[in-house]
Amino acid sequence: MTPATLVDKETADHVLAEALARGGEFAELFCEDKASSFASMDQRRVEEIGSSHERGAGVRVIVGETTGFAHTTDLTERGLLEAARTASSVARSGTRSTTPVALGTLAAHDVRATVVPDDVPKARRVELLEAADDAARATGSSVTQVMVGIGDSRRRILVANSDGTYASDDLVRTRMNVICVASGDTGMQTGFEPIAKTAGFEVFEDEDVPAIATKAARQALSKLEARPAPSGELPIVLAGGSGGILFHEACGHGLEADAILKEASVYAGRVGELVASPLVTLVDDGTMDLEWGALAIDDEGRPAARNVLIEDGVLTDYMWDWLQSRKDGRHSSGNGRRESYQCLPLVRMTNTFLLAGTEDPDEIVAKTPYGIYVAQLSGGQVNTATGDFTFGTSEAYLIENGKLTAPLRDCQLIGNGPEILSRVDAVGTDFAMRPGTCGKDGQSVPVGCGQATMRVTGMTVGGTAQ
Amino acid sequence: MSELLDVAMKIVERAAQGERLEVYVATGTETEVRAYHGEVESLTSATTSGVGVRVLVDTPDGARVGFASAGSLAPDVVEAVLASARDNARFATPDEMVAFAEPDGVPRPDLVLEDPSLGSVPTERKIALAVELERAARAKDTRVRQIDEASYGDAIVESALASSTGIRSTARRSMSWLSVAAIANGSGRDQTGYSSSAARGVDGLDVAATADDAVLRATRLLGAAKPDSSHCAIVFDPRVTATLLAVVSSALSGESVTKGRSFFADRLGETVASPLVTLVDDPTDPRHLSSSQADGEGLACRRNVLIDAGVLHGFVFDTVSARRAGTASTGSAVRGGYAGTPSAGCRALALAPGTLGFDEVLAQVGEGVYVQSVTGVHSGVNTISGDFSVGAEGLRITGGALGEPLREMTVASTLQRLLLDVAAVGRDVEWLPGVAAGQTVAIRDAALSGS
Repeated sequence: MTPATLVDKETADHVLAEALARGGEFAELFCEDKASSFASMDQRRVEEIGSSHERGAGVRVIVGETTGFAHTTDLTERGLLEAARTASSVARSGTRSTTPVALGTLAAHDVRATVVPDDVPKARRVELLEAADDAARATGSSVTQVMVGIGDSRRRILVANSDGTYASDDLVRTRMNVICVASGDTGMQTGFEPIAKTAGFEVFEDEDVPAIATKAARQALSKLEARPAPSGELPIVLAGGSGGILFHEACGHGLEADAILKEASVYAGRVGELVASPLVTLVDDGTMDLEWGALAIDDEGRPAARNVLIEDGVLTDYMWDWLQSRKDGRHSSGNGRRESYQCLPLVRMTNTFLLAGTEDPDEIVAKTPYGIYVAQLSGGQVNTATGDFTFGTSEAYLIENGKLTAPLRDCQLIGNGPEILSRVDAVGTDFAMRPGTCGKDGQSVPVGCGQATMRVTGMTVGGTAQ
Repeated sequence: MSELLDVAMKIVERAAQGERLEVYVATGTETEVRAYHGEVESLTSATTSGVGVRVLVDTPDGARVGFASAGSLAPDVVEAVLASARDNARFATPDEMVAFAEPDGVPRPDLVLEDPSLGSVPTERKIALAVELERAARAKDTRVRQIDEASYGDAIVESALASSTGIRSTARRSMSWLSVAAIANGSGRDQTGYSSSAARGVDGLDVAATADDAVLRATRLLGAAKPDSSHCAIVFDPRVTATLLAVVSSALSGESVTKGRSFFADRLGETVASPLVTLVDDPTDPRHLSSSQADGEGLACRRNVLIDAGVLHGFVFDTVSARRAGTASTGSAVRGGYAGTPSAGCRALALAPGTLGFDEVLAQVGEGVYVQSVTGVHSGVNTISGDFSVGAEGLRITGGALGEPLREMTVASTLQRLLLDVAAVGRDVEWLPGVAAGQTVAIRDAALSGS
């Protein structure tokens, strides 16, 4: 099956015409077919093994400032016309009416994955789970529990809209997560490490499964010796690849145009201003091949793009979807994404990262007399209106006299976006990306985050030590 | 028999020799209206349906289970789901503890979980509620500079579960809700306040109270400053308490406990909390919006006491975790819709109410910090190690009353200590959507980080 077979052109034309029959300026048909599979091993048992298949379409009609939206699992012309009529009910009072631009040739993006999930025997998935489990257990006898999950999805989408956009994508994503529990005199500690790529099972040729399992195990083991983190404001060094989520939270969400146009972001009205240290150049790039947030087109049919958001500390642009860019009289930046056909698109990040700097990462630590070294962060959260954000450490160490000393128990770091961005005083050369899942308005999408080792001169550490 | 149960039964009848099937089917209709500047910003209407099938195959070494789901009840889709689930089962590890639930004779509680009028509420009324919510919040206080979300939503869901082991279960439930986010400006800085309310139908929603609450939460933080780091008493807002109970609940799941992944494991009968703490999971209590007649495996829901006056009393079990623990299911399987598989979990948690009202809790605490909202709960609370560290904003408590606003701080302890340090449980129970009800709770001592 190819995305083009989800709905043929003639049907799409009819649906768009029906969606605009009662007025409205814009109509869009989004079709999706997503097949996923997952398996998990818990204490060497394959406990969960399953697959899911979701298929449906969403129709959106825009009338003035109002959006009407309906979705259906019925992809026949009858089902889609019904959804179009429901979505267009918001246009009942609309007087303006637009004739859709006739759809031309489909801008089709073929699958880029080499080894698609359907071609991978389930036994191979079980082998990979076992390989991870073996490696994690071999790390140390204090590793008492190992949980490994493997999952993949193939998502075919087709977008047709009344502006004449007619495009499709066929995207394969593959992931593995390893969680380890280590037990010692002080109780239990956990370690976590993922592999997640916008690619097929070929990722397991390039990515070293035992290596990530070992890393997760070591993380848990190191924390058995951990002491409570300090509390109060301290310098923070973030390891390369560990802290991209800082930028995702500290400014990424605040640079999404929906928050900007509602003046619900501390970055509203600040293009051209210095909003960060001159060491900060921040990019969102959906074209970054293989990364977790990569796409050929966004969920509005717009080609993915590389967008510079902050250049040498100066705010250069926001991220845009179709609706927000229309309000501002410009083009979308390819950041319109949705979790599934059941959701309206929102302005979302793709792969967001800080460009590498020039300093030796070891030197950054060596030049820090006292502070916290964060080897790995877990999730984060931000309030875009105030800029206040938090994120949690999952592996951190004390820095004393320029050296890493005691491991620290997990704690939360808290800061204010614009304040923290201005406190970046060193950026290293060791750039690395890390996958994550970003939630917004109840919708989850895969994203990538990246940075090189860097230092923030002061940030509040939420530990318990006096 | 409901039409949906009929659909499920027809699939169960397809079980081949040597296999058992468990089939969950669900359909739903939903509406969401967002208002902005007095207009409809978006109106979403949809119907959904789906099926989830578990196939269990017996082997000499135990049973193997495979799962598959799809968002459709079309016959060809069901056929494909069944085939996938069977194929998946071939690769599961045989496990003697794996089994489907069997009827256990416990009667289902008599509960009405649906407001039958919701289905006939006209869209115009739903729009009016969202528009009025936004208007009321904007009009409440001149310092409110923006309402960046004002929405109405509802859902009516019907589900049925049937299995080769004799499970037959149906449910219908409805829910409607309001949600509003206010931004207030003062002292050169914005502050935000969020509120929501939920009920089984639109008549249970209070637009004015929801708008007022969001505005109060935003405006009272105006002028907030970062506190100095210290150790002090903490008072959690009822909504924060509910959020934290939901997190603690995963450590009370029979699955975490039997797998040794909970800080409560091996501690039954021990004192794990202050004597003021009695924690009960009771889906049969109709005041819980999450109350339910049957669990995710079709067994009757029941009242389970988890912590009794500070002593760890029990856990919640589904069928498999109960077998691992050598006990019986407590009717506590939860499943996340047709695309999820059942697992042990809490559904309707509440602390036994104390005797003090909110003001009396503050008076008892005297000096400390009242936490209005927390962030980073999913990354800052670890139910395996018990480590606890969250971002917080709120107000100082001085002289037994609320004082100046505070922001950009963290509250840290361990879950083990927090439970032992409970100094007061309020009588002000708020019945919220989600796993837990909330009430004001005072903690004797925690680490506060700021400057």
